Amino acid sequence: MASAAKAKQLDFAKTPINSKLSAQQKVRLLTEMVRIRRFETESLRQYQAKKMGGFLHLYNGQESVAVGCVSLMGDDDHVITAYRDHGHALAVGMTMNECMAELFGKVTGCSKGKGGSMHFFAPDKNYWGGHGIVAGQTPLGLGLAYALKYKGVKGAAMCFMGDGAVNQGCFYESLNMAALFEIPVVYIIENNGYSMGTSLARSSSFKSCLAERAEGFNIAWAQCNGTDIYEVRANVQTAIERAHNESKPTVLEIATYRYYGHSVADAKHTGGYRQKEEIEHYKQNHDPIQVFKRRLIEEGTLTEEKYEQLDEAAKAEAAAAAQFADESPIPSEESITQDVYFEVDRQTEAGRTGKHFFNS
Amino acid sequence: MALIEYRDALNQAFAEEMERDPNVVLMGEEVAEYDGAYKVTRGLWQRFGSKRVMDTPISEAGFIGMGIGASMLGIRPVMELMFWSFAAVAWDQIINNAAQVRYMSGGLINCPIVIRGPANGGTNVGATHSHNHENFLANIPGLKVVCPATAYDAKGLMKSAIRDNDPVMFMENTLLYGEKGEVPEAEYLIPLGKADVKREGTDISLIAHGRAALTALKAAELLAAEHNINAEVVDLRSIRPLDEEAILASVRKTHRAVYIEENKPFCGVGAQIASMLQEKAFDDLDAPVLRISSMDAPAIYSPELEKKQLPRPLDIVEKVLSIC
Ligand SMILES: Cc1ncc(C[n+]2csc(CCOP(=O)(O)OP(=O)(O)O)c2C)c(N)n1
Ligand SMILES: [Mg+2]
Repeated sequence: MASAAKAKQLDFAKTPINSKLSAQQKVRLLTEMVRIRRFETESLRQYQAKKMGGFLHLYNGQESVAVGCVSLMGDDDHVITAYRDHGHALAVGMTMNECMAELFGKVTGCSKGKGGSMHFFAPDKNYWGGHGIVAGQTPLGLGLAYALKYKGVKGAAMCFMGDGAVNQGCFYESLNMAALFEIPVVYIIENNGYSMGTSLARSSSFKSCLAERAEGFNIAWAQCNGTDIYEVRANVQTAIERAHNESKPTVLEIATYRYYGHSVADAKHTGGYRQKEEIEHYKQNHDPIQVFKRRLIEEGTLTEEKYEQLDEAAKAEAAAAAQFADESPIPSEESITQDVYFEVDRQTEAGRTGKHFFNS
Repeated sequence: MALIEYRDALNQAFAEEMERDPNVVLMGEEVAEYDGAYKVTRGLWQRFGSKRVMDTPISEAGFIGMGIGASMLGIRPVMELMFWSFAAVAWDQIINNAAQVRYMSGGLINCPIVIRGPANGGTNVGATHSHNHENFLANIPGLKVVCPATAYDAKGLMKSAIRDNDPVMFMENTLLYGEKGEVPEAEYLIPLGKADVKREGTDISLIAHGRAALTALKAAELLAAEHNINAEVVDLRSIRPLDEEAILASVRKTHRAVYIEENKPFCGVGAQIASMLQEKAFDDLDAPVLRISSMDAPAIYSPELEKKQLPRPLDIVEKVLSIC
């Protein structure tokens, strides 16, 4: 069993997309995962210090998915995801400062404090959010990919979603249109085994896996394990190539695991719908950071010392982001009614015609 | 001036804007090869081809959402809902995505999309097909809501809606599609947020939107002929943005107002206008602001009765006489 798993692992290291990685690029992948984890851990600390409101959905345990997928993005590839969106945001290059400040509701946040944890955006980095309604982003992802095709651009839209999101109707409407219109969208199901407190077995009926549902739409699909970032990259690469070269969709399901509760409010996630042992098992055997780190050390790409350094740097960066967020001003009261209408914000003729707001 | 149908006025607007901007696309159920359920898009598929005029499956949440996603990347989709009533299954996409994404991104994103189709009762198709959503949607900051009553307004407003960089909910009316009106040959646009005084008068302001504006015009003729009352008819044309100045100017002149709409009464557009008038024109008013809407029940099927459920000219005359 262990040796079979190891053989499989080696395979993905040998896929061209991974075998051509330089030592520096490999360390970079690891660093990105570590940065996400440190950011999340810091944001949890800040949440507990009551520096932010609302929900906080942490990405710890799932880092290989966002980092692996985003690492393959070209200039014309785009990303959209659900509310567990910090990992993807950092992976596309958003700064810890703007992300942490958004959590704090500060004007320096990526959305000027108007979106919060679930609604990070960076269109300049091809990152389209950050969406709070389960599966609500799935038609939007389709639309992004449709726009790329319409413009004649060779690109793909990666639309991330949870295992709970697959049971929403608009996802199937999107799959049908993706196949029908040959749209270069890649639906990536981050299957962490739970939708809130409901296990996969209690939420979904399926034959071999969730992605297999794509079969009925005549859409290519694959299922893979997220423990090994190489495996993620190999599978996403195939999907992106299919989008680029054939303008066809893919559904890719990636097995992963979240270490914290659904949100920080889900304090009873251990001993309730799942057991502590299960979490420990994943941390011991499937942690994407530890697995990759071990591999890089074994092959001589990394030393324990260098790892400590990059980990410390990520920790320091997150701590500095928290300080930045803390010291940033809150948005002005006038800003409440800004960024509602493009035409009003720009004071165009359309924006100056008629009454747009009805505050007395 | 040519005398053309309301549907063709819209059709001209689409064709002109598609010629002007290669990013304008039409999408919806039956809009392409079938020429549209109400023939509003007829001939456009032949003229512009399948890339620009696209039939979608019956998946309102899916295709409206797809249009919204595409608009975030600069496409300007004009999405047809066969009936605005069906927007209920796309509510999440419209309300949570089109309307909120700009705000939640701190102004980094905008959605230049038009969602259009008929929103009216009065055609004996029962309650599921007879909804008026303009009050609901105008309640959502981030959305714009337009309800043209005539061919001229439909064309000019549609052209502006397509060029607008915010999501515009464009509400047409199956009872008006075949109505003819004068439309100039030369290009024109009507800005959103500008009301139109469709009849000048001195004694009372009949303020309305959509087909109710035409009902108000008929009532005004009756009032003049039979009661010697000279009513002014103000057609809002656009609900949000709203031309408050035009409403106030009319009421300051006539000192009386009745709001007429085919919406339901509870939190209808008229409720907003009545509230605004008591706040901003209290001293100008010589009588309470009255409202007429469709009767407060689901749209009845029975053809004879449904006529009575919607505001009729005589309903308006009666209300006016109670305060004039
Ligand atoms: C339409 C809708 N229904 C319910 C919710 C509440 N909710 C938020 S997340 C969630 C669970 C989703 O789980 P999954 O898709 O597996 O994503 P994960 O949290 O595991 O990343 C629920 C029920 C919501 N936000 N939107
Ligand atoms: Mg899940």
